[in-house]
Amino acid sequence: MNEEQVKVPILEMKGITKRFPGVLANDHAEIELFPGEVLALLGENGAGKSTLMNILIGLYRPDEGEIYVRGERVEIHSPRDAAALGIGMVHQNFKLVPTMTVAENIILGMTELPLVPHLEEVNRRIVEISDHYNLQVDPTAYIWQLSVGEQQRVEILKLIYRGANILILDEPTAVLTPQESRELGKIIKLMVSEGKSTIFITHKMDEVMAFSDWVRVLQHGKVVAVKRTADTNPQELARLMVGREVLFRLEKEDVTPGEVVLELQDVEARNNKGLPALRKISLQIRQGEILGIAGVAGNGQRELAEVVTGLRSVTAGKLLINGQDLTNRPPLEIIKAGVSHIPADRIGMGAVGNMPVADNLAMKGYRNPPFSTGEMLHPRRILEFARRMIDVFRIATPTPQTYIKFLSGGNIQKAILAREIDACEGLLVAVYPSRGLDVGATEAVRKRLLEQRAQGRAVLLISEELDELMTVADKIAVLYEGRIMGIVPSSEADIETLGLMMAGVTPTE
Amino acid sequence: MGKQSPGMKLLVLTGAVVGALLIGALLLLMAGANPLVAYKAMLLGPFSSRYGITETLVKTTPLILVALGIVIAFRSGTLNIGAEGQMMIGALAGSAFALAFPSLPGIILLPATLLVSFAAGALWGGIPGWLKAYLNVNEILSTIMLNAIAAQFVTYMLRGPLIDPKEVSYGTGFPQTAQIAKAAWLPRLLPRTRLHWGIILALVLAGLVYIFLWRTSLGYKMRTVGAQKEASRYGGVRVERMMVLAMLLSGGFAGLAGMVEVLGIHHRLMDGISGGYGFSGIVVALFGQLHPLGVIPAAILFGALMLGADMMQRAVSVPAAIVFTIQGLVVLFVVGSDIFIRRPGFAARIFKRFKTPPRPVPDEGGAQ
Repeated sequence: MNEEQVKVPILEMKGITKRFPGVLANDHAEIELFPGEVLALLGENGAGKSTLMNILIGLYRPDEGEIYVRGERVEIHSPRDAAALGIGMVHQNFKLVPTMTVAENIILGMTELPLVPHLEEVNRRIVEISDHYNLQVDPTAYIWQLSVGEQQRVEILKLIYRGANILILDEPTAVLTPQESRELGKIIKLMVSEGKSTIFITHKMDEVMAFSDWVRVLQHGKVVAVKRTADTNPQELARLMVGREVLFRLEKEDVTPGEVVLELQDVEARNNKGLPALRKISLQIRQGEILGIAGVAGNGQRELAEVVTGLRSVTAGKLLINGQDLTNRPPLEIIKAGVSHIPADRIGMGAVGNMPVADNLAMKGYRNPPFSTGEMLHPRRILEFARRMIDVFRIATPTPQTYIKFLSGGNIQKAILAREIDACEGLLVAVYPSRGLDVGATEAVRKRLLEQRAQGRAVLLISEELDELMTVADKIAVLYEGRIMGIVPSSEADIETLGLMMAGVTPTE
Repeated sequence: MGKQSPGMKLLVLTGAVVGALLIGALLLLMAGANPLVAYKAMLLGPFSSRYGITETLVKTTPLILVALGIVIAFRSGTLNIGAEGQMMIGALAGSAFALAFPSLPGIILLPATLLVSFAAGALWGGIPGWLKAYLNVNEILSTIMLNAIAAQFVTYMLRGPLIDPKEVSYGTGFPQTAQIAKAAWLPRLLPRTRLHWGIILALVLAGLVYIFLWRTSLGYKMRTVGAQKEASRYGGVRVERMMVLAMLLSGGFAGLAGMVEVLGIHHRLMDGISGGYGFSGIVVALFGQLHPLGVIPAAILFGALMLGADMMQRAVSVPAAIVFTIQGLVVLFVVGSDIFIRRPGFAARIFKRFKTPPRPVPDEGGAQ
């Protein structure tokens, strides 16, 4: 192998092209990764980052192109081939078995395992590795007992345990608190200092700046820019990624809050497992006000949104909308009270995949004129409306008749946003509205939220992005284990304090 | 996306049928019959005579009606496997009604009888619908179980309370009702054939179901429930009511199909009147792409297949089991060939696998 040349890439992908029916996902994309370095892959939704990485770990086969690992041409047919080459990936959705222990998950699927594995030996090695990288995890704990951050550490441990030295992390910080993200940064630094290499997929500019040595920007499946991180800045990267200037600061008009639109009084609710998910939640949102809800996912955000929209019944407390008691009323009544809802689960709840874009856009309005008279629908009017929405909200779809499942995640979100904003008459509940969206689309979403605020609507914004909450919301409430840890005006909030509250620490006055 | 040209579709379908018939030919040879004679009767019989064509349409009629109900249920996210029982119950209630009021004028008796059968079938379908919507009882199980109950109940009624008094007085005791008043019969469309007005009713209803599902807000709600339950709940639809309604309508159509068989052909209720249409209707609905209008050609095709199988059996006198097997093979092959139509690259991928076994790549691999 190469002895003296230090800067020989450990991994090269050359001229990778991948076509899906009707889509060119990768167009002669090139990747170079050097040992001991972090490469950030940056790109809008649908730019082809995930496809490229899925090719690298053998989930897809490229139509054209070559992969070289340590200078040798390789063919990767499956994740097992990739693992044999020392390539491993932490997916956005963790691939762990909740009812098994950490150790069992780590050795799951390893080929060189004896019939009866020596679990003590495995545990000992796990502890060794986790001590070394400061990845504290108890090997005998069950996955379901672990927090999301801990589960991510298990995924990383799994790769190291199996000897991976090229680690691919797909948006690893999306589910972490700011403190956990910083911990992850340290772990990555330590790993690369030992000669391992990392490819890091992200939308977040500050992470690119903090973690990476090189950045490659993808657009429409092509690598459009290769930069040394030290020689660039977030503004330039955003421009390269979107193809135009992106505002990081949004204009926020002064709005005097009006009447109370939403009021929760000591609301309690259970989650799907029947366990308490919301405990004595009380809050108010006025006209022209955005209340942000911060918190690590799974601390009652979903239940809160569902309670407000009538999808989940409360076990105690009251839900008032415009002063009207709507506690445990069906969703239809709450919709009629003027509540719109951008749900967290876009494809499962927000849209009907096997229906045309137009029908999806009409999902709120079809009951009333002009879309229907009595029971009869007017397809032409629905189509006209759809064309207008597609135009105004710049939804990229081949036709209004295309099934919505064929659209990219960002465009499905735009369609939901269009429908809900158009139908909104008082309160907008937005749950993770910019999750997984690229900077351009995120900017559009935030602008729309501020527009609603300027028009005197009340907005409940549930988000995992603290900077989103701090730029858009007027007040921020932190949710932890179903409780509101505190409500702070966003002008006085700082990331440190919010992060501590998200971790369950009560702020000291 | 992923649609093939009509020519390609036809090729795939023809290939599937030929494949099924080739295997069927082996069975026929084993049974000592000449496959060519058998297939000639099966493929040409239903279309080559006045008798063949009208009898095909006679079988098409209940298939369309049952399949329409299945389409409504499937589109709304419930699987109705109970059309067989719903047909029996519909025919039973309708017959009992027509026998109870024999003196009503036909213009009232006929529609009223059909309505009663629809309502009874709807009730029988609505029970599993309600159980699924509110108690989360699996509708596949409950509809199948209700089939058994319906069959036994009808048999009891035919041997007891509803038996033709003549059968009792002659001492033959054949389980069937008395003949229904002529005023209630569905008139014949063509003289000297069994083709009756039921086919017209079925075609009109197919159009109405299309309008219902795609042009009314109720139909739209039902389709969203079927396509994505959570999304429709979120959109303010009362999902449970839609599920019950879907099963009511589905059962109603099956009940109607049973009564149309009685009023169009037999003019009295007897055992086995459902004749497997309740199950074949499911296949027809799926063949017709779960579309009310697609159901029409699918039902004609299936009607022809059923009749052709009958004719083949008579032409070469093979055991009925072989005929059913060939019928099943055709359905299996045609349904299985669907993937070649939906996924254009599928055939290429399979053949590539056979052509080039995986091999290590030479270092100077020639990328184009």
